[in-house]
Amino acid sequence: MSIESYNGGAVMAMAGKECLAVVCDKRLGARLTTIGMNHSKIYEINPYLYVCLPGLATDALTVYQRLRFRVNMYELKESRKISPQVLCSMLSNLLYEHRFGNYFIGGVVAGLDPATGKTYLYAMDCLGAITIGTEGFVTGGHCEEQLYGTCEALYRPDLGPEELLEVASQAFLSACDRDAGSGWGAFVYIVTKNKVELKSLKARMD
Amino acid sequence: MSSALLPPFPEPGFSFENVERNVSLVKKGFKPPKFTSTGTTVAAAIFDGGIIIGTDKRASAGTIVANKNTNKIHKISNNIAFGGAGTAADCDQMEKMVRAHVELHRLNSGKQVPVCVALTKITQHLFRYQGHIQCALIVGGVDKFGYHLHHVYPHGSSSEVLFEAMGSGSLAAISHLELNYKQNMNLDEAKLLIRNAILAGVENDLASGNGIDLCIITPSGMEHLVDYEIPVAFV
Repeated sequence: MSIESYNGGAVMAMAGKECLAVVCDKRLGARLTTIGMNHSKIYEINPYLYVCLPGLATDALTVYQRLRFRVNMYELKESRKISPQVLCSMLSNLLYEHRFGNYFIGGVVAGLDPATGKTYLYAMDCLGAITIGTEGFVTGGHCEEQLYGTCEALYRPDLGPEELLEVASQAFLSACDRDAGSGWGAFVYIVTKNKVELKSLKARMD
Repeated sequence: MSSALLPPFPEPGFSFENVERNVSLVKKGFKPPKFTSTGTTVAAAIFDGGIIIGTDKRASAGTIVANKNTNKIHKISNNIAFGGAGTAADCDQMEKMVRAHVELHRLNSGKQVPVCVALTKITQHLFRYQGHIQCALIVGGVDKFGYHLHHVYPHGSSSEVLFEAMGSGSLAAISHLELNYKQNMNLDEAKLLIRNAILAGVENDLASGNGIDLCIITPSGMEHLVDYEIPVAFV
């Protein structure tokens, strides 16, 4: 077993037409034992910008705190809100600083530009190698393989918020049901230009 | 002035704070993590008008295709680029670091930066980290001294070559280059040679695929042909 899969958990972000779905599961495990059933892996940077940190929970918390510190310093220094591209570089650089002695987490950055409605999706490995989500979705975590499959099959471009919620939830829950390390329900953020909705999905709890 | 109560301010550069923890985790039997690897075929050659570099477009993490649209041709300046194989994060960060170094050099000197400046920065950086920064590169460029192509290994060794292949698909690619490379090829011949060399890597190496990018550097500038070809059978 890899230490990255010690706590389990999965995340996904999907882009629609001027909207965004950011999804994570609720399980926190210690190997095969489930010790938490309400554990979010999504961290809100601002209402239009989210970072998901799947992997070892202790590292995820550390990295989020360090990232939050850098974001706060950036916003104070620059007197403007951080953009998804900058946040992605910031997280990538933070992870690469620990190239030798890395954090055992992946990273997903998802953002929406409220002015234009353009969506931004990025994923990275534990060393900060960035993948730009040109296909319309990015995935991470314990059942990444399953998520690639379900997302490739179910994703369609230019979905509206309601349809996006449906597609993202189906893709995510199907993948989680094929993975013992993820599941116990899911949190879904549906981000549109003027509204953010947090849905809590129920799923199998075994 | 520092103690346990007053730790020193963290130094810039790499942080080694997790190293001991991670070593002890491996000792306890946890498998080390899989990094995204470019798992690449890179091929490059000198032709009569300049330098041509080609790569495939796949990044892999173990047997998973982590990215189907990876850029492995890293532009350093208007006259220098490298094709990178190895750990994806290392190649990306190497590009950032060398590009900044070369741009500062250009602004300080007010002249076009020679290829050897980028090459020296790369090899010295790699040698300092004793092969732990895992990138195998083909550095190519055009400057006032002529056309240059160098291969660089992760430990920091380098040599000047007329043609070269790197990455996991290099065995297939280099055999094609060895057989078909001629001196004084024109651009069209060079494009075909590199395209076929990458294709040999794509067909014979599982970690290479998803298309071909080309980069052509001539004294008049750099042309980056993204998706030069997406072989139908390998999309």
